[in-house]
Amino acid sequence: MGTGKASTPILIDDRLENSLADFKSSFNEMEAVSEANRCINCYGAPCISACPTHIDIPRFISRIANGHVAGAAKTILDSNILGLSCARSCPTEVLCEGACVYNSLDKKPILIGKLQRYATEYAYERNLKFYKPGNPSGKRVALVGAGPASLACAHELRKYGHETVILEKSTLPGGLNTQGIAPYKMKAQTSLREIEEITHMGVTFEYGRELGRNLDLKDLTRDYDAVFLGLGLGPDSRLDTPGSQLPHVRGAVEWIAQMKTRPSAETKAALQAVKTALIVGGGNTALDACRELKGLGVPKVVVSYRRGEAEMSGYKHEFKWAKQEGVEFWFHTLPVAFDTGRATLQKTSVTPEGQVVLVEGEKMDLEATLVLVATGQSKLDRLLGELKIDRTTGRTDSTKVFAGGDLLNGGKEVVNAVAEGKAAALLIHESLASRPASPSKGATRG
Amino acid sequence: MADLTTRFAGITSPNPFWLASAPPTNTGGQVMRAFDAGWGGAVWKTLGKPIENVTSRFGALDFAGRKIMGFNNIELITDRAIEINLREMEEVKRRYPKHSLIASLMVETREEWKTIIRQVEEVGSDAIELNFGCPHGMCERGMGSAVGQEPKVLEEITSWVKSYAKIPVIVKLTPNISDVTVPAAAARRAGADAVSLINTIKSVISVDLDRFVPVPSVGDKSTNGGYCGPAVKPIALNMVGQIARENGSALPISGIGGISNWRDAVEFMVMGSGNVQVCTAVMHYGYRIVEDMIQGMSAYMDEKGFTNTSELVGRAVGNFTEWGALDQRHSLVAAIHQSACIGCNLCVVACDDGGHQCIRLNPELKADGHTRKAPIVDEQECVGCNLCMLVCPSPGAITMKEIPFEQHYHARAYKGRTTGPYAQNRK
Repeated sequence: MGTGKASTPILIDDRLENSLADFKSSFNEMEAVSEANRCINCYGAPCISACPTHIDIPRFISRIANGHVAGAAKTILDSNILGLSCARSCPTEVLCEGACVYNSLDKKPILIGKLQRYATEYAYERNLKFYKPGNPSGKRVALVGAGPASLACAHELRKYGHETVILEKSTLPGGLNTQGIAPYKMKAQTSLREIEEITHMGVTFEYGRELGRNLDLKDLTRDYDAVFLGLGLGPDSRLDTPGSQLPHVRGAVEWIAQMKTRPSAETKAALQAVKTALIVGGGNTALDACRELKGLGVPKVVVSYRRGEAEMSGYKHEFKWAKQEGVEFWFHTLPVAFDTGRATLQKTSVTPEGQVVLVEGEKMDLEATLVLVATGQSKLDRLLGELKIDRTTGRTDSTKVFAGGDLLNGGKEVVNAVAEGKAAALLIHESLASRPASPSKGATRG
Repeated sequence: MADLTTRFAGITSPNPFWLASAPPTNTGGQVMRAFDAGWGGAVWKTLGKPIENVTSRFGALDFAGRKIMGFNNIELITDRAIEINLREMEEVKRRYPKHSLIASLMVETREEWKTIIRQVEEVGSDAIELNFGCPHGMCERGMGSAVGQEPKVLEEITSWVKSYAKIPVIVKLTPNISDVTVPAAAARRAGADAVSLINTIKSVISVDLDRFVPVPSVGDKSTNGGYCGPAVKPIALNMVGQIARENGSALPISGIGGISNWRDAVEFMVMGSGNVQVCTAVMHYGYRIVEDMIQGMSAYMDEKGFTNTSELVGRAVGNFTEWGALDQRHSLVAAIHQSACIGCNLCVVACDDGGHQCIRLNPELKADGHTRKAPIVDEQECVGCNLCMLVCPSPGAITMKEIPFEQHYHARAYKGRTTGPYAQNRK
């Protein structure tokens, strides 16, 4: 790895994630048309407002119903260039489908996610191209981090004709879209297939470029006309519990990335020996990790959360499915010690002020040979030095620097990152239109 | 339980449900199965000089994922020898003496009419139906709708038939005419015992956009067909009602056109039909549908306190009038019931673009915590067309309420409405 220029990302075929089947099946043509015909084509539909990227959902659905599937795909991608992966990874239950008026009629909401998957897959399977770069503007934009925010931002900037380079610390593009989505929703190669369309627009990628290591924000603002920060979040948070440094206590995000992108030989053998796995946390990463472990054949999977079910930040529907799949939930518990092959947990209670405290004397042991810590990811703001980000707009106190994605919002869905990346592209475009090209135009670095 | 036994133009049937002359009555085997399923009568597939048919013959109009809203065909009359048909008709009548068997006929010369009438009477037919309605193929040979469209010819042939026939004669009318009461009057003058309508409507159901050939295609060519199925019901109901309004009970009507269930059948009967004939729904779902038609009509009659189907016939005809006889001071406005509103705003766009711009979105948030804006009716501007109620998918969310004429848009409209306040606000 080094400060390499554009290199083709390589994804190994034999990955452990491939052994997990789709949780939601895809529609065939008949199913799609039949479901599309259920849509009543609301005016100013609530599903549109519920989608962070405001896809014109009734329009794309009516296009499926009328047999214009390519047009449906374009309607989706016009609003959300990662429409393929959002169709699979979005928590539609709480977004578009959650807002469907059919819920008020006690009817099953339109399965918008599956219709979106049908339309976008139709376009990708046929290699349909909907966009081309704008006339060259002479302006150059650097985007830090190759996650969904930067991808959406870069694609939009290319439409305006701006030159874009994405600087990524790892060897794969896509960020958590490639390395973090639960495999029963989407596998890594789907994310990479989608990114081919971004590359097709002339977005270039440089891998092994990391802010604070071989990349400096000052240099970027000097060398480029604008900079977009889409770094996402840092490594998994660690527990300060005794024994947390043991090798079987791992960060959930890091473990998921390994399972999704590394050769299965690395991950499979280790998992086969696991009879009981413990997940610590109550968010969506914890819910993904526990369902993945269960799906990969771990006999007993326990989620320990220090508060109660009602306080879990993970989605209710994911929680329901996890329980259905046999995951055990130990609410009001906290690990207090890890030893090789064993975790000690203690009962907790919540004070009237909302603080979690340990209940003395109530301890239990769990034979856990794998512990995944899913209590959040660290923030990367320290890499930005003095820079101040406006969390509502994505602007910063530098007129040349903009931000979006998890770095900005603290960790939300892919679709939020896309929306923010696209919004930032508009701000960047507006700022570039009012400024002459920087003196270092045409310079290349790295 | 209500008695569904129906006496129509002198013909008694176990119920008012007959199969129309069409593929479901092609053969004796079919008709006997239909009677076993519960059909009260069958009008046999039209007899005449046997013809050759083409392939394909049918086309369908699907709507929003549902199959066969409308149906068309270019099939002609029976393609089987007259002797075979007669032999099967005789067997059916022998085995099912209480069921009605009607012979549909279509021939050209007076001599042919005389012969065929004798033949179908000999096998025990309960009545004759004259096919003066078929709008495809046969009309090019001077038969079918070619007769139905010429009242004088219709009257003359009907007179011939009446002079030969000992059994009741029903004249089947074509809707492919500007005023259906004219051929109905001609049939009555000629002494017809009843009319049946509608036959199919001249149609092209669709066009193959890859081959540029209309459907159904016969190789690389097509022709117009006859249209039927659920989509034609409104056209048929109007024609039935027009004839009933003009002739009262003097000219019994056998109602045909898109009837698919008991409700459709009752609608035809209250608009003046003495009984009904069904084809497309059977072609789609089979004879079994008659069970629900019988059950549904019985339940309806019990609920309303009717004991005999004759009590249904024509009950709505007195309320079917000319536009000029309507009460122009009757004043309705739409009322939106927020508790049942689901926020689809289909009423808003329909009223805005296809109505009279009188539904607005309340800028206030909904009281029940919804963040959406609630649609509200501007009663000052509402013309009472009820488009909003028709597009609303939530049962009971929009109803129409009566208000005094003086408070209605009407009252001002007569003084000359120019531009409503909403249109001005849009600027």
